Amino acid sequence: MNTQTTPSTANGQSVDLSALLADSRVNEVLEELDAELIGLKPVKARIRDIAALLLVERARKQLGLIAGSPSLHMSFTGNPGTGKTTVALRMAQILHRLGYVRKGHLVAVTRDDLVGQYIGHTAPKTKEILKKAMGGVLFIDEAYYLYRPENERDYGQEAIEILLQVMENQRDDLVVIVAGYKDRMDTFFRSNPGLSSRIAHHLDFPDYARDELEQIAAKMLEQMQYRLSDSGRDALQEYIPLRMAQPHFANARSIRNALDRARLRQASRLFVHRGEPLSRDQLMTIEGEDLRASRIFADGK
Amino acid sequence: MKVTQGTFSFLPDLTDKEIRAQVEYALAQGWAISVEYTDDPHPRNYYWEMWGNPMFDLRDAAGAMTEVADCRKAHPQTYIRVNAFDSSRGFETTRLSFIVNRPANEPGFALKRQEVGGRQIQYTIESYAAQKPEGQRYE
Repeated sequence: MNTQTTPSTANGQSVDLSALLADSRVNEVLEELDAELIGLKPVKARIRDIAALLLVERARKQLGLIAGSPSLHMSFTGNPGTGKTTVALRMAQILHRLGYVRKGHLVAVTRDDLVGQYIGHTAPKTKEILKKAMGGVLFIDEAYYLYRPENERDYGQEAIEILLQVMENQRDDLVVIVAGYKDRMDTFFRSNPGLSSRIAHHLDFPDYARDELEQIAAKMLEQMQYRLSDSGRDALQEYIPLRMAQPHFANARSIRNALDRARLRQASRLFVHRGEPLSRDQLMTIEGEDLRASRIFADGK
Repeated sequence: MKVTQGTFSFLPDLTDKEIRAQVEYALAQGWAISVEYTDDPHPRNYYWEMWGNPMFDLRDAAGAMTEVADCRKAHPQTYIRVNAFDSSRGFETTRLSFIVNRPANEPGFALKRQEVGGRQIQYTIESYAAQKPEGQRYE
């Protein structure tokens, strides 16, 4: 319709979102995120949404539209090794580029860093951490440990209350990200509705599929400057589904551990032939036998 | 009489925005911020009360500003100063120190003369406020 004009065009003012985007250089971080982190589609989509929101917010500010800064406290839930900490680190960078946080550093803490051991110890301890995190992102790993319903004298509740106060009143100063296993975080939020309602973004990190884990392994080896021989590649392809079926499978972390053990075996294999000169190629290659020596293959037979 | 101690003391009192900018500068230099208060304005009073521990590992001025605000709330009628400590080798000392809060009424100092041997005069100053016991000086 012709009559539909936005206030900005009516005033003859306009902003160029793509210029703002280029100006913030946030695209670089988003592209890095895409390239370096395999899978995690829903998480990446949400991060793009948040980036878009903050850019639009900036554009609105340029035209004098005030909405108050949006609440960006987040909750990351997912199984171990799904990339919660890595994404939190990236999130700090993104929020910094978008001008939402001033410094863009990440302070990663657990219950021990926030909760004290005796009466009057918790508040200063929590405040100390909050002060350090100001201007950046506070990442609370395994946040459900803060709340211990079985012990009514537990000081965790005190830490949560201080946290809530700062999350509400000093929204411009820091972003809080709580992280942990999905089911335990759900119970944690149920028993702390105040916290749940102050967290605007709940991001669920899905488990990696088999082919994603293969890509992750390839990426890790590339970063460590190793490569797989053909037999090594076959062995890894067999290894991953076997490891996935094992108890305590920790996604990317398990893969990293498996690769570390393979490096160990490669080293001792090379060490046996220590009389002969070693080529660069030999030092870089992980053979099938390095992986096949794993306990997991032995159990299968 | 306005007490002039530390950096910027001959300027008008700093606004919160200016204090924040100074703290940002100090943090950018890698200095640690601390907040102290006292109700004894004597220039040779080096030992002010500490308001919490010095803030090492601070990245943003917001943390220091909350401490300043808390200290003002708890001790509105005292002198409060912000110190920036440089731990780097060769300095290992306070590099910047300025007053961020002062009592509403500052009575100033009395000049005391003491006659000693040979009718010689020794001069000293004494704060009018410090004649009262600690904690009752600026009520």
